[in-house]
Amino acid sequence: MNEKVLMRGSDIIGEASVRAGCRFYAGYPITPQNELPEYLSARMVEVGGTFIQGESEIASINMLIGASAVGSRVMTSSSSPGIALKQEGISYMAGLELPGVIVNMMRGGPGLGNISPSAADYFQSTRGGGNGDYRTPVLAPAGCQELIEMTFLAFDLADNYRNPVMILGDGLMGQVMEPVVFPDFLDLNKLPQKDWALTGCVDREARAIFSMYLGEKGELCQHNLELQEKYDRITAQEQRWETIMTDDADLIVVAYGTAARIAESAIEEVRGQGLAAGLFRPITLWPFPTAPLRELAQKGRKIAVFELCLGQMVEDVILSVGERVEISFHGVPGGVIPTPAEVAEFLNSVAKGDGKVGRRIEV
Amino acid sequence: MITRTTFAGFGGQGVLVMGYVMSHGALLKGLNVTYFPSYGAEMRGGTANCTVTLSDAKIASPVASQPDTLVAMNGPSLEKFENRVVENGLVVLNASLIEEDLSRKDVTLLTVPTAELAREVGSDRAANMIMIGALSAKTGLLSQEETIKGMRAALKGKDKFFELNEKAIQRGFTFVNNGK
Amino acid sequence: MSAEPVYKKVFGRPESLKEAATHYCPGCGHSIAHRLVAECLDELGLREKTIGVPPVGCAVLAYNYFNFDMIEAPHGRALAVATGIKRVQPDKFVLSYQGDGDLAAIGTAETIHAANRGEMISAIFINNAIYGMTGGQMAPTTLLGQNATTAPGGRDPELHGWPIDISRMLALCDGVVYVERCTLSSIKQIRKAKKAIKKSFQCQLDRLGFSLVELLSPCPTNWKLSTQDSWDWVSEEMVKVYPVGVIKDTTGYEDKK
Repeated sequence: MNEKVLMRGSDIIGEASVRAGCRFYAGYPITPQNELPEYLSARMVEVGGTFIQGESEIASINMLIGASAVGSRVMTSSSSPGIALKQEGISYMAGLELPGVIVNMMRGGPGLGNISPSAADYFQSTRGGGNGDYRTPVLAPAGCQELIEMTFLAFDLADNYRNPVMILGDGLMGQVMEPVVFPDFLDLNKLPQKDWALTGCVDREARAIFSMYLGEKGELCQHNLELQEKYDRITAQEQRWETIMTDDADLIVVAYGTAARIAESAIEEVRGQGLAAGLFRPITLWPFPTAPLRELAQKGRKIAVFELCLGQMVEDVILSVGERVEISFHGVPGGVIPTPAEVAEFLNSVAKGDGKVGRRIEV
Repeated sequence: MITRTTFAGFGGQGVLVMGYVMSHGALLKGLNVTYFPSYGAEMRGGTANCTVTLSDAKIASPVASQPDTLVAMNGPSLEKFENRVVENGLVVLNASLIEEDLSRKDVTLLTVPTAELAREVGSDRAANMIMIGALSAKTGLLSQEETIKGMRAALKGKDKFFELNEKAIQRGFTFVNNGK
Repeated sequence: MSAEPVYKKVFGRPESLKEAATHYCPGCGHSIAHRLVAECLDELGLREKTIGVPPVGCAVLAYNYFNFDMIEAPHGRALAVATGIKRVQPDKFVLSYQGDGDLAAIGTAETIHAANRGEMISAIFINNAIYGMTGGQMAPTTLLGQNATTAPGGRDPELHGWPIDISRMLALCDGVVYVERCTLSSIKQIRKAKKAIKKSFQCQLDRLGFSLVELLSPCPTNWKLSTQDSWDWVSEEMVKVYPVGVIKDTTGYEDKK
């Protein structure tokens, strides 16, 4: 067993990535995730990989396209406005069916917004700003040890499905330090073989990787259908979530990432006051764990959605449970981090139905 | 057991380092730890604060509703965080810089003349180590030995400061234990 | 056994070109440029270790014609994609093949920074002073007075700015070892162009740094000129704005006469 070490979230992703076999990183500085490229600028050299500070987010994601096409495990990272710039490349990666990991440490927006922790980019991450019919698996860890698990998982999902995968955190998660234990380095020789990669056409026909299908026989339509078949497989096989104290709960709180951790403390608090609340924490935001949430949404239960924005994931909650149960929402935007006590007030308000904190969602 | 400590001051006072020391000391002791620093756009001269949560059970929120303890290294920090401290909590003041009185009457107060004590052990720059020593002594969360171990782990590679820092941590302990 | 006549092959399709008819218009310079690139790769024995990056533009389908591994890049990003490839596989031979819109407008940042980092990549830059694929819009390299569908009445510096000479700009970067501009408008110039392309490839093989060959190339369709008039326009008009010749050479190679 490896030693328990105290590390910052951004550094943890960096270390986990090289242990998961990542050997190519390109990125452009943006707060609050600079510690990750700083960490990798030294670490990649130590493990014989490549680190490039690109001239822009756009250049960086495109460097990933090249490095991924020749078979490397690749990663880039940024924060909200920088991810906006990477969306072009993410769409291309989906179209080219190239694996790669994109870390998004969300900050306040729109525009430059601020550099404080926020979760206003659920739509950006799960719906994507890139063009075309594509999906990106989005993993939302909530603690430092889980950052490691999700980083390993992200690279595996990316390779298994030949698709970009996003790790979605926020500025707080990048800065928080917690004790973690790292798994050993993966053996690069034991990673799945990429028989599609560009290696030079020795003893085989020349190979092209492209996303353009101009043919008039429905070639793009066929490509889209094949991609969709893949997205359906991901949806069926890769949903992840956690439930805490939901068995006897009258009130189900739905929150992810940092918001889920604040909510968990709030739940402990209201349980002390006699309110049976429990937490449903989606870990994959796409595919959203619709069926398990629907199962929890039984008659008589209420759902309280808490987000560090003005309501984005709540739309997936509505899609999941519809009119089965009463849904309330509370969100704090602009990089302001509410305390567990504030969230407890929201939960108590929902339980009482007094409408003092948050708002009732009309479906 | 769960306890949350907020350290606050201005950049350059070693506020975040105090949090590191406490976090590393607690980790070595086998506790769960969450260290959450504030971060700002400015690199120098701004305010700095961090919150350290220690527990023998799982820690959910890294953000504290009400810290059990506030360590205030300057006046503005006291003003900003004083009212957040839990009832019957602890406020530790850097008496070398803070002239204001505490407005709260429902908390325990400890004032530490960090600069004077630091000068005693050899350098003004060890004021934060005086403070972390005094804090550990007052709360009993970390023993003197555990605090020093935490310091050595937090400042790994900066061995040249260890001797001075150890003296300062010891001085912080004797200040609390002997009342001077 | 009957005596077979003995033939000596004097001309044929380079192995680096697939047996496919291109979609390029009659008189277009791309077909010539493709052939020159293919001949150079064959002659240097590079086909099986080459990974190419075509642009978005008329040559977007180059992977249907070139007989080596290729990956499509988003518009303008070819040299960023090529950077990723070359860094991970430094023993592969990596080339980008880009038009003026791709390399000198939307991809200017990627171009300049890949060059300035001294990436060990060979860039082939086709400058035809117009957007071909989208139907004749103004390019960054469009000459003053030249007609374009988005510069009706001709390019006017007050409205549209001046033609950009990105090859000269790139020559200022320390990571760049060799830049030469040639034309595809006469047999003599085409031979020169081939020599330049080969030299650029050699720069990469010798790991000297970034190199680029700019090819002034006719676009009869969008220039609305005959093939012959297009060639003449390259030789007479384009070269005034974009003079041919070596722009930068720090290779130390002694050119064989």
